[in-house]
Amino acid sequence: MMAVARANMNILEADSDKLLAAVRDLLAAKGLVSNAELSERIAITDAANPGQGARMVAKAWTDPTYRALMLEDGTRAAEELGIPMRGAPPLGVLENAPDVHNLVVCTLCSCYPRAVLGYPPFWFKSAAYRARAVRDPRGLLAEWGTVLPPGVKIRIVDSTADYRWMVLPLRPAGTEGWSEAQLAAIVREGDMIGVTIPVAPAH
Amino acid sequence: MGGVSKYLCEAVDVEPHALTDFDKEVDALRAILGMKRVMTVDELRRGIEAIPEADYHRLSYYRRWIRSITDTLLRKGVITEAELRAALDRV
Amino acid sequence: MVEFAPGVPVRVKDDWPETRGPVHIRTPHYLRGLRGTVVRRLGEYPNPEDLAFARPAARRALYHVAFDQPAVWHEGQAGDELLVEIYEHWLEPA
Repeated sequence: MMAVARANMNILEADSDKLLAAVRDLLAAKGLVSNAELSERIAITDAANPGQGARMVAKAWTDPTYRALMLEDGTRAAEELGIPMRGAPPLGVLENAPDVHNLVVCTLCSCYPRAVLGYPPFWFKSAAYRARAVRDPRGLLAEWGTVLPPGVKIRIVDSTADYRWMVLPLRPAGTEGWSEAQLAAIVREGDMIGVTIPVAPAH
Repeated sequence: MGGVSKYLCEAVDVEPHALTDFDKEVDALRAILGMKRVMTVDELRRGIEAIPEADYHRLSYYRRWIRSITDTLLRKGVITEAELRAALDRV
Repeated sequence: MVEFAPGVPVRVKDDWPETRGPVHIRTPHYLRGLRGTVVRRLGEYPNPEDLAFARPAARRALYHVAFDQPAVWHEGQAGDELLVEIYEHWLEPA
């Protein structure tokens, strides 16, 4: 009885933790993916974080040549700062302007500029974000308390194909004379996706 | 998912959610399978799109991934159903 | 294949292959049949519709296409736009 019931159950409906363990075991036994390779890959992925993108933004704010490179070829711009991009999808960078604010989404799945920002945040992958970004971007930005000044248009960038997109935000007022490190420290993950805008902390 | 009415009034959970060990292992597995040309991210996406809607919403993000990865590996004969059933019995 | 220059008006094909069998399409539903403007050619990449089924995938040109956002939903703020990557075989001259 039990054997028949088991055979009839769709194998894909098995418990996720068990599926992972079973698939890992099989792939290791077949010499396809080892535990050591998995650990190494986790360590590499853990190293990617929004601070990398923030360094790119800070450099673009202070160096017009780098800014031009970043907009022309995001991948090369990242590599110039020592960010590993081999095997990563092409990186596109969209600059904000006083009258244009960019907002990145992947309505079809969750494509995210992982090589420069790290793992995508929970909210970026959510149905609510993916549904609302293209249809109600200002309502969506309000979830972060972000309100755009009047006269600013929104450009919603839906990452549907091979590129991964990040935003080059506007440099905030009150940061004149700051070093790249100081500037990078105020650039957050959300600023480079477009749900927030960088601000200089008031003193 | 773009503009789908059902989600237009849904609040966005803007809080950070730490990834679990399970999440990171599934993520790493997919990356390695991609680098070794065993399966592509396109196959991953197709597999996720094939998940019945009720299951899609019940499963967390990386649980959808492991389901799709397993589905794809079975379809391509990288692993067989018999092997997988035996492996499931052992874990 | 037809090449589209920046600034050229295009229409996304009003085609629904999903109704004809299992497929993997990267052209969002909300854009099917709508008019937009080519911004630039992004390059050439293997067709994801074939990669998804482990079939040999021909390289196809990928374009960044801009759409008037309020026109898509019949609501929204004038001037807002959508910028979406669309493969050449989904575009026709408008």
